[in-house]
Amino acid sequence: MKRREFLAGIAGTLALHRAAFADDDVLDPLAAKIAKGAPVRKGKVTVTLPQLADNGNSVPIRIVVDSPMTAADHVKSIHLYSERNPVSNMANFYLGPRAGKAEIDSRVRLAGSQKVTAVAALSDGTFWYDAAPIVVTLSACLDES
Amino acid sequence: MVARIQIPSSAKRGEVVEIRVLIQHPMETGYRHDDVGHLIKRNVINVLSCRYNGVEVFRADLSSGIAANPYVLFFTVAEASGELEFYWIDDEGQQGSERQSIKVT
Repeated sequence: MKRREFLAGIAGTLALHRAAFADDDVLDPLAAKIAKGAPVRKGKVTVTLPQLADNGNSVPIRIVVDSPMTAADHVKSIHLYSERNPVSNMANFYLGPRAGKAEIDSRVRLAGSQKVTAVAALSDGTFWYDAAPIVVTLSACLDES
Repeated sequence: MVARIQIPSSAKRGEVVEIRVLIQHPMETGYRHDDVGHLIKRNVINVLSCRYNGVEVFRADLSSGIAANPYVLFFTVAEASGELEFYWIDDEGQQGSERQSIKVT
């Protein structure tokens, strides 16, 4: 093998590697179901998770949606999805203009390192999402503890 | 079921108030086995709702993906003095509820 080919090969491998990990912009297909075919765009929603959790049994999560929360323009619901849990749809939260602020805090169970997705359904019929990656060293749900 | 719910006792009209709910519940996933190898039936709180003077302002469908002793924080606009009523039910049909009053000036 020539040196030039070798370098090209290395570069290709690195590019593939990057592609495999930079999939934050791809919506979890299970999460896309909620929109019933309507486009789910990235933005408006912010999911905050710790980068690493020692234990998947109780992981704090915060979901904030950028919305004025008025009668004309508000968040109707927020749906939370996990990539690897046996039950993908972890929770659905139903809000309305009476909420004043579209922000939810909770604690979730996670079966392993994965990406957690939150989809928000707005009153104008649009859907928005955000996903956050997390490394879980000891997973919940399936382990016998 | 024991629950700890924190809401401010008073607020200004139109103020966005923080509500914190913590319920004591195992949130059994249905994937664990007991000492003799039998599967433990799923038992999670599946609905948690909050009514403000009779109007539902928040509802959550929870599943086994929510940690034991579920904790939820959310917000609501203080519109009038009155009561916030919290209600939840688990897979076995056990219900729980709590009322807290808020004074709006």
